[in-house]
Amino acid sequence: MSTSKQEQESGIKNPDPKIVLFLCRWCSGKGADLAGTSRLSYPPNVLPIMVNCTSRIDPRFVVEAFLDGADGVLVTGCHFGDCHYKTGNYKAYRRLSLVAKLLKQVGVNPKRFRLTWISATEAAKFVEVTTEMVNDLKKLPPYWRNGNGGNTNE
Amino acid sequence: MNKLKVAVALGATCAGCDVAILDLNEKILDVIEIVDFVFWPTAMDFKLEDLKALKDGEVDVGLYHGAIGTEEDEEIAKILRKKSKVVVAFGACANFGGIPSLTNMPYESKIFDVVYKESPSTSNPEGTVPLKETEVEGTKLTLPGIRKRADSLNSVIDVDYYVPGCPPMVPLIEQVVDILRVFVEKGTLPPKGAVIAGQDTLCKECGRTKPETISYTEFLSPQEVKEIDPDLCLLSQGILCLGPATRSGCGGLCTSMNVGCRGCLGPTDKVDDHGLKMISALTSLLDVEHEEEYTEEELDKLIEKIPDPLGTFYRFTYGVSMISKLHPDMEE
Ligand code: SF4
Ligand code: SF4
Ligand code: SF4
Ligand code: FES
Repeated sequence: MSTSKQEQESGIKNPDPKIVLFLCRWCSGKGADLAGTSRLSYPPNVLPIMVNCTSRIDPRFVVEAFLDGADGVLVTGCHFGDCHYKTGNYKAYRRLSLVAKLLKQVGVNPKRFRLTWISATEAAKFVEVTTEMVNDLKKLPPYWRNGNGGNTNE
Repeated sequence: MNKLKVAVALGATCAGCDVAILDLNEKILDVIEIVDFVFWPTAMDFKLEDLKALKDGEVDVGLYHGAIGTEEDEEIAKILRKKSKVVVAFGACANFGGIPSLTNMPYESKIFDVVYKESPSTSNPEGTVPLKETEVEGTKLTLPGIRKRADSLNSVIDVDYYVPGCPPMVPLIEQVVDILRVFVEKGTLPPKGAVIAGQDTLCKECGRTKPETISYTEFLSPQEVKEIDPDLCLLSQGILCLGPATRSGCGGLCTSMNVGCRGCLGPTDKVDDHGLKMISALTSLLDVEHEEEYTEEELDKLIEKIPDPLGTFYRFTYGVSMISKLHPDMEE
C-alpha cells in the first residue's frame, strides 16, 4: 500500500485501517442503528459482527480477527446494569480486560483493542468511538496485512 | 527376544526429562530387558557421531526431549528422524515448545543482550558474547547458532507420538514402556499421533470435590490462603488452577499438594489454545453471585492479581499457541 506524500507528512501510516467491531444485539446494536437512521456518518472501516451479548465473545474471536487481517478490534456492549442477560457485560469486561493485558504482552499496541459501552440512545457516542479508533489506527502501521505482524516498536 | 533399539536425543532441555526416565527406579531394569539404548548422551557416554553412524531407520524408537532452540537442536532432531522408525516427542518442551518457547515473546528478541550484557548479575565490561565462530590460537571453534524462535519438535520433523508433562510422570513413562513391550512382542503400535496421557481434563481425576457452582472473589496464591481445604476444588477457594483445560494423566500431582495445576500436560484434544480457554473459564467464575455489585475499577483490581497472563496461562504451551502467531517475528 503506498502512502501519499501528504499522508506521510500528517503521520498517517495506514490510510485504510480495518476494524472488526463486535457489538451486542441489544443496546449497542440499537445505538448503531440509531446512528444510521439519524443519518450520522461514521467511518466505513468498521466491519460489524453482531452477537447476542458481549459475553458471547470468546477470547479467540479477538485473536482470530487479528490473525485474519484486522488492524484493530472494537467491542461494544450495554452499560453495566443494562445487559439484556443481566450480567453478560460484567463477564465480558473481566474476560476481555485479561485478554487486553495478554495482547499487550505479545506486542499488540493497546490502541488496537478497545472495549466500551454504548446504549441504544448513544448514536453520537458510537460515531465518536469508531471515528476516534479509526483515526488512532491510521497513525499506526497496518497490523498484519502488509506482513508487518505486531508492533511493539511502534 | 529381539531388543528394541532406543535413542534418547535432546534439544533445549533442562534434562529433567532424562531424570524422569531414571525415576522409573527399579522398573528401569524392565526397560533394559526389552531395550538397548543406542544413544542417550545424558546417561551414557555417547556423542552425536554415534547417532550419525547408525543406519537410516535402524533405531526402533527415537525419543526427543527439549525444545528446538538452537540450529544444532534442529539438526539433531532431523538426524533422529532419519535414523528412527518411530519418533516420540517427550516432555512439554518437545510437545509444545515449553518454557524455552517463552523466549519467543516480542521483547525477548533482545534476550541475547539481556543474558550476556544487561542482567543485573552480569559483569561483562568488554561485552564478550558467544560467537558462532571464533579463532583461538589458530584453531577455529564453533558454537551452534540460536534460532529466532524456540519451537516444538513437530514444527521441524514429523512426530509419531506425544508424551506431554514437565517432565512426563512415571505412570506415563510406564505406559510408554508397555507400548514398547507390545511393539517388541507383537510388532503393533498405537495409532499415529496418539498422545500418551489421559484424554479427559485434569478436573476429572484430581479427586477434589467440586461444589455445584464454582465461584471465587479473587485470585489467590496458595500462600495467601490461611487454611487450604485439602478436599475442596482449589479454584473454588480462589487458587488459580489450570485443571479445567488441562489434560489428565498426572493424577493431580500438584493439586494434591494444594498447588494449582500449571498446565504442564498441555490442553486436551478439545482445546486448541490453552491460555485463551483458561482466561475464558476463570473470568467467568469470578464472584458470580454478586457480579452486578462491581464497578469497572473494582474489576480492574481483581484482574491486576494476574500480573502476567502470558506466563500464567502459557507457561508450557506458548510455542504452539494461537496468540504466539500474533508475534511480529513470525514473519521472516
Ligand atoms: S519438559 Fe520440563 S523437564 Fe522436560 S526438558 Fe522441558 S523443562 Fe525440562
Ligand atoms: S480446578 Fe483444579 S482443583 Fe478444581 S477440580 Fe479442577 S483440577 Fe481439581
Ligand atoms: S497438576 Fe498440572 S502442572 Fe501439576 S503435574 Fe499435573 S498437569 Fe502438570
Ligand atoms: S446484551 Fe448487550 S452486553 Fe449483554
